[in-house]
Amino acid sequence: MIKHLLSMDQLSADDITLILDTAESLRQVTDRPIKKLPTLRGRTVCNLFYEASTRTRISFELAAKRLSADVINFSADAKSSVSKGESFKDTAWTLEAMGVDAIVVRHGSSGAPHQLSNWAKASVINAGDGAHEHPTQALLDLFSMREHFKDFSGLKVAIVGDIMHSRVARSNIKGLITMGAEVTVSGPPTLIPPQVASWGAKVSYDIEPILPGTDVCYLLRVQQERQSEQLFPSLREYAALWGLDARRMKMMPEQSLVMHPGPMNRGVEIGADVSESPRSIVLNQVANGLAVRMSLLYLMLGAPNQEAAA
Amino acid sequence: MSETAARFTVKAHVFGPDDIRRALVRVAHEIVEANRGTDDLVLVGIRTRGAPLAERIAASIASFEGADLPSGALDVGLYRDDVALRGPRRLESTTIPVDVDGRVVVLVDDVLYTGRTIRAAFDAVLDLGRPRAIRLAVLVDRGHRELPIRPDHVGKNLPTSADEVVRVHVQEIDGEDAVVIGGYS
Repeated sequence: MIKHLLSMDQLSADDITLILDTAESLRQVTDRPIKKLPTLRGRTVCNLFYEASTRTRISFELAAKRLSADVINFSADAKSSVSKGESFKDTAWTLEAMGVDAIVVRHGSSGAPHQLSNWAKASVINAGDGAHEHPTQALLDLFSMREHFKDFSGLKVAIVGDIMHSRVARSNIKGLITMGAEVTVSGPPTLIPPQVASWGAKVSYDIEPILPGTDVCYLLRVQQERQSEQLFPSLREYAALWGLDARRMKMMPEQSLVMHPGPMNRGVEIGADVSESPRSIVLNQVANGLAVRMSLLYLMLGAPNQEAAA
Repeated sequence: MSETAARFTVKAHVFGPDDIRRALVRVAHEIVEANRGTDDLVLVGIRTRGAPLAERIAASIASFEGADLPSGALDVGLYRDDVALRGPRRLESTTIPVDVDGRVVVLVDDVLYTGRTIRAAFDAVLDLGRPRAIRLAVLVDRGHRELPIRPDHVGKNLPTSADEVVRVHVQEIDGEDAVVIGGYS
């Protein structure tokens, strides 16, 4: 298994299948009365979050605890040494000196986890870096899709929204293409980068023509802060042109799914009725995230510990 | 993630299909006799090769007692004490069809060696509930225990040296029934 997980580029189809299969076994554990496993006793995982997060941080924390690893949460807020001007590198070295085995990092700058992996002996897991990647989100989304559709070959996935600034979209597109799915992106032309074709995805600026041939409609959160950059005219116009409401959902095939990485803007990218329909598997995605992160920690931290062997 | 790159070479076939069949039938009888019937019994095969053996013992008990015992499979990968030494193994599902609370769990495995797998299996079973008792049935006991663990039912005792490797092949997985001794070269 890989030492660091920085980008979906690192994972082959076989790697992804192993991670998802392992997550399936671990998913069983999350449904039983005693949910704790002794597997990673004595290991320490640090959550290093320079950006706000609820589900990713809690999901990683719970995943590590379920495997009996110790967890340190470090948020770069007013209470931490970052507010005193400590550099990213010094923070990394401090954690290193405390002997952590894995650092789960979220950072506003693309490439920060990569930089960290050059400094740290611990395994680095990217939990979202700028507009670059969010590989664990993509893995849990792949897991959720595989639960419903047996395999990915020929699976038609539409990813709708702000492709340009979305690390979720980038990681998902890479993962889906690796697994053999067909990806079409849709959204405001100002938010679709011109190099999408080179990633292997198709582009449709209108959402309605692609819906009848879509197995999974993946809606991205509209980052409201982008509106001040005037990349789209208004939230109402976004909802009217690209939002998935009940009328549009009816255009999709019977067995199709609606997904969203959360947090949702109901009434903007996703209609309130759509978000609560049985086709929406948003809460399933959250539950699966725990199993997928346990799987990753097991596969990455379960590997022989160099210090113990030395 | 591969177990080992060294090649396994077979030195000798020690037991064949008939030996294995007879041993399992005897173990099946012993399990029922020791339990004075089939009440509360649940057979749990330790993955990988304990699982088909548990199925066979259950089928055997069904044929002479007329009782369909619940039988399942247990993956102990997450409970092993050598995860940090040997790295993660590919996990398989744990499928035990009944609640183990108050039952007599009979663990079934192919080879009993150091006892460490069985130690892991104890923890795995106890995390699922509180059985009235746990018993251990193995096809081959090759000695060299590292923990104070003793099997209740043994198919074949096989004296070995610690540098030998004992493998059980089963029809369901390997396409043949055999117990072989070999080594890594």
